[in-house]
Amino acid sequence: MTFLTQILNGIQIGSIYALVALGYTMVYGIIKLINFAHGDIIMVGAYVTWYLIAKLYMSEWTAIIVAVVVCTVLGMVIEKVAYKPLRKSARISLLITAIGISFLLENVAQLIFTANPRMFTNLFPGNMNLGSLTISNNTAVTILVSVVLMVGLTLLVDKTKIGKAMRAVSEDNDTAQLMGINVNSTISFTFGLGSALAALAAVLYCCSYTQINPTMGSMLGLKAFVAAVLGGIGSLPGAMVGGFVIGIAESLTKGYIASSYADAIVFGILIVVLLIKPTGFFGRTMNEKV
Amino acid sequence: MEKFLSKIKNRYLLNTLLVAAIYGIIMLIIQLGVLNRYQANMLIPVCYNIILAVSLNLSAGYLGQLPLGHAGFMSVGGYTAALITLALDLPAAIEFPIALIAGGLVAAVFGFVIGLPALRLRGDYLAIITLGFGEIIRVVITNLGFTGGAFGLSGIQKHTTLTVAFLCTVITVFAVHTLMKSRHGRAILSIRENEIAAECSGIPTTYYKTMTFTISAFFAGVAGGLYAHYLCILDPSNFGFMKSVEILIMVVLGGLGSMIGSITAAFGLTLLPELLRDFSDYRMVVYSLLLVVVMIFKPSGLFGTYDFSLSRLLTDSSKGDLFKKKKPESQEPVADELKGAEIAPDTSISADPDIPPEPAETDGKEEL
Repeated sequence: MTFLTQILNGIQIGSIYALVALGYTMVYGIIKLINFAHGDIIMVGAYVTWYLIAKLYMSEWTAIIVAVVVCTVLGMVIEKVAYKPLRKSARISLLITAIGISFLLENVAQLIFTANPRMFTNLFPGNMNLGSLTISNNTAVTILVSVVLMVGLTLLVDKTKIGKAMRAVSEDNDTAQLMGINVNSTISFTFGLGSALAALAAVLYCCSYTQINPTMGSMLGLKAFVAAVLGGIGSLPGAMVGGFVIGIAESLTKGYIASSYADAIVFGILIVVLLIKPTGFFGRTMNEKV
Repeated sequence: MEKFLSKIKNRYLLNTLLVAAIYGIIMLIIQLGVLNRYQANMLIPVCYNIILAVSLNLSAGYLGQLPLGHAGFMSVGGYTAALITLALDLPAAIEFPIALIAGGLVAAVFGFVIGLPALRLRGDYLAIITLGFGEIIRVVITNLGFTGGAFGLSGIQKHTTLTVAFLCTVITVFAVHTLMKSRHGRAILSIRENEIAAECSGIPTTYYKTMTFTISAFFAGVAGGLYAHYLCILDPSNFGFMKSVEILIMVVLGGLGSMIGSITAAFGLTLLPELLRDFSDYRMVVYSLLLVVVMIFKPSGLFGTYDFSLSRLLTDSSKGDLFKKKKPESQEPVADELKGAEIAPDTSISADPDIPPEPAETDGKEEL
């Protein structure tokens, strides 16, 4: 394993983290909630794709599209049923609800699919050569798709009307409402968007790790969340940079130190960054008003 | 002054009697065979979960911070205590208290070391950083040699009896209760209500935050020691993020800042999975649904910030001249009680030095 290969692997897993982190960061930006259920939406996406391909013999592309739709709807339903009634109550109640939903999704999945891991076939097998470097098609596709999605998302948030609404709601919920923005549908849209990204991340993740189980989302989600915080939660470029930093750090730890310490290093980086710059790389400092 | 002293004595006597009565009833039930051996054994997890919930309630409910690494302190305490009893070869009556206290102290040191930098941050960031520390503790324990690594630490003697666990629970509840009724407790509450205002009033917020965090970690460590000597095996994967969340759920479900709430929720949530054992496939689904439903319909937890007080209960129901107190919340008895009082219901400042003003219910704008 050369250094360059390690870096490439890091970018690959990092781009998956970044996709998931975008979902966390958008939701946090808009309703200030650490959406613990986000990691489990990845799990749902993975199971749906697996089920459609392995059991219903659908084509890969149909399966991926259906998975994205299912996750989008699921994300919106969760927001409507569980988070919306609590929007005005203490934030800790909202957080506990999110944890509850996360538990619920995991356990329902366990009930339906049992705890046994399922095998997922890599959709992009084979390798390709770039000079002296051999890259698996999977790595190339993951990085490419993620970059395209990130560019697309940035354009969506910066250039479109709904993107403007999202930015306005995250800036100030009440004022946005006064300006005639439909806050409820904007929040719904944000959840749907984040969940759709999570579904795509799920497919990419499963192609490289090929195993799915009901609790796969929790650690993946946690690390993606760390990536979001590292970049400055609420900031889109922050989530992307954070994802890559976490991915590369993890890959280098696995390559040169010990794979068992990878999680500790990830959290260690988080703690150091938070202590030096509590708002992350790109986060805005919010002054507390008295 | 004399009256004051006798009041204190009365109250301690009353509570001691209550605790003794509870202990007596539990023992009687076990002796009579109402509970079988297995069910009686289930009371030990209830005890250490109560300790965990009450200690987390100290930093989450009373101080108003949100630590997500409580299982980390528990594991530190558990491993320390277990390693001590494994190393010492003394009778249980000597080595177990030493081990428990040492476990608590080492956890407290960790709490202090982690709390000092972590408490610079607020709200969600504090939650994340404590989560990070908790995970690091777990990973380090998994990778160290003398802790048994990923295979866990086994061969621990079963020292935790119901009596020991009960005693530790009583001590914890008593310590946290007296702390909260003291001057320091009021300082801690004021930090929860408004940190900036507290600081402006001359309360050293960093000192109190670190102190609360350390005490909270100490009791978590003791609970870890009880846990280790109950299960006789320690597995680092049991102290992950989910364990911290489990404890937090007990606290929040019971009501942040309510001692009786933490105790009830710890009791209920420890036994609930056992009661649902017949539907074992569905029990975790029911558990999580219950959590979401309670949060949606009663976001402040089952008890809100209400706290149980035996002396208040007795005096309220009888004459009520000894600890007469105005409750700020509009609970039913308040209306009658306030008829003769000059104090308006909103100004809940109590003249009685023993009873701190109860904080107003959080109205949703509170920092996490």
